[in-house]
Amino acid sequence: MAMTTGEDTRTNDVPENPLMGEHTHKAFDTDLQDLARMVAEMGGMAEQQISDATDALDRRDIAAAQLVVAGDARIDALQREVEAKAVMTITRRQPMAVDLRDIVAAMRISNDIERIGDLAKNIAKRVVVIDHEFRAQQVMRGVQHMTELVLSQIKDVLDAYARRDLQKAVAVWRADEEIDAVNNSLFRELLTYMMEDPRNIGICIHLLFCAKNIERMGDHATNIAESVYFMIEGKPLIDERPKSDTTSSTVVPFDA
Amino acid sequence: MNSMVQVDSASAIAAAAAVAGNPVKIVAQGVNVYYGEKHALRDVDLDIQERAVTALIGPSGCGKSTFLRCLNRMNDTIVGCRVTGKITMDDQDIYDPQLDVVQLRARVGMVFQKPNPFPKSIFENVAYGPRIHGLARNKAELEEIVVTSLKRAGLYEEVKDRLGDSGTSLSGGQQQRLCIARAIAVSPEVILMDEPCSALDPIATAKIEELMDELRENYTIVIVTHSMQQAARVSQRTAFFHLGVLVEVGVTGEIFTTPRDRRTQDYITGRFG
Repeated sequence: MAMTTGEDTRTNDVPENPLMGEHTHKAFDTDLQDLARMVAEMGGMAEQQISDATDALDRRDIAAAQLVVAGDARIDALQREVEAKAVMTITRRQPMAVDLRDIVAAMRISNDIERIGDLAKNIAKRVVVIDHEFRAQQVMRGVQHMTELVLSQIKDVLDAYARRDLQKAVAVWRADEEIDAVNNSLFRELLTYMMEDPRNIGICIHLLFCAKNIERMGDHATNIAESVYFMIEGKPLIDERPKSDTTSSTVVPFDA
Repeated sequence: MNSMVQVDSASAIAAAAAVAGNPVKIVAQGVNVYYGEKHALRDVDLDIQERAVTALIGPSGCGKSTFLRCLNRMNDTIVGCRVTGKITMDDQDIYDPQLDVVQLRARVGMVFQKPNPFPKSIFENVAYGPRIHGLARNKAELEEIVVTSLKRAGLYEEVKDRLGDSGTSLSGGQQQRLCIARAIAVSPEVILMDEPCSALDPIATAKIEELMDELRENYTIVIVTHSMQQAARVSQRTAFFHLGVLVEVGVTGEIFTTPRDRRTQDYITGRFG
């Protein structure tokens, strides 16, 4: 398994489902383990893509950004493999109960990871087109902070998936608020820069989208947390989650 | 678990409500069955709801067929078989010594694993029951019962031009639907089915399953099946038996997605060693 992030503590082997014994058909166990392994591998790739993309953004490194853009195809390919394997497993095994939920969760989670990969790719594409001297150190620090938060969320939720850790999944689900808060402050800051000097508008819009992309990754992490919860409990996770993304209702007062 | 996390399963609740509205037809309380020394069924409590399909599942020898045969006292015919506990249908004790077993079996019809038409004409196969129970006053009424039963069993269109042909000349799936028509002909309230599709091909199976869906509007159906997929498709409630014990009973959708008991989960996911 390609585990790419350096400080990752996840074990390479997906542990046996601690709740369950083996199937009479041993090959069925292998099918399920393969699926979980592929999803974990996708997760590792996506984490790497995120840190590479935001790193390239920070350094305005066009070559590195182009590598990220090209690298997204591998995540897409693996997602198609997960889907094909899941469909084949359903066809051959007609899974019930916990097995069916395992497979449904793998499909849903791989879909979220694929979208996270797309968002990382989108950041990298913006690095390639940004051609501007404007440097906003504070904005970049905010972007980096958001990236760290999102990477930690994604790492935790993939951990929760691999270990079937219900508490951890719920913790990730609840912890999205901080990412929203950083995104809000970035939004306001970028608005200020744009009002200061219209020549900043182009790049600030790009940075705004980058921040939004990272915030969206956090949303996908909470989606994954919901899938993990469903996989373990067999019920959807329903609650009023604290939401604090206010950017869609923020307006700039314009004094004519 | 965090107490703030509320859970809900709208579809499962809707399914439960759909059958929960039906009155209970049969109540089994503390049912034990012995075959000589062998204790085949242990303290089974189970309610069978009216106008619903209840599936009994479990590995071979778990007692599901034994329980099914208690419901029309088919076990009476087995030497050395002893049944204790109480089974009531519409609050009437079906093991009451005063009760006429022949009448009981007219109210509780049965369809077996292998189609077993009488070696008589298609017409006679269906007409036999109503005739011996005196359900028709004349030939015209008898013919009407036969045609109605064949229609309800979804067989009439296929056999209407050859009602005089032997029942055994039909295909396996048609024979099984003939047996269902024969069971329906005496106007039973309950139909017991003991693996009714295990000798049939997938298309004939689909027809029987479709038929069960229609029949449950008017009849209470209890089916024993080894096919988990079939139980999931046709039943509203499922009961899981293991080693003579009723392990778990509940709304079918819940049994097959989120069973409560580990043994149920192991069985339906294929983990029994």
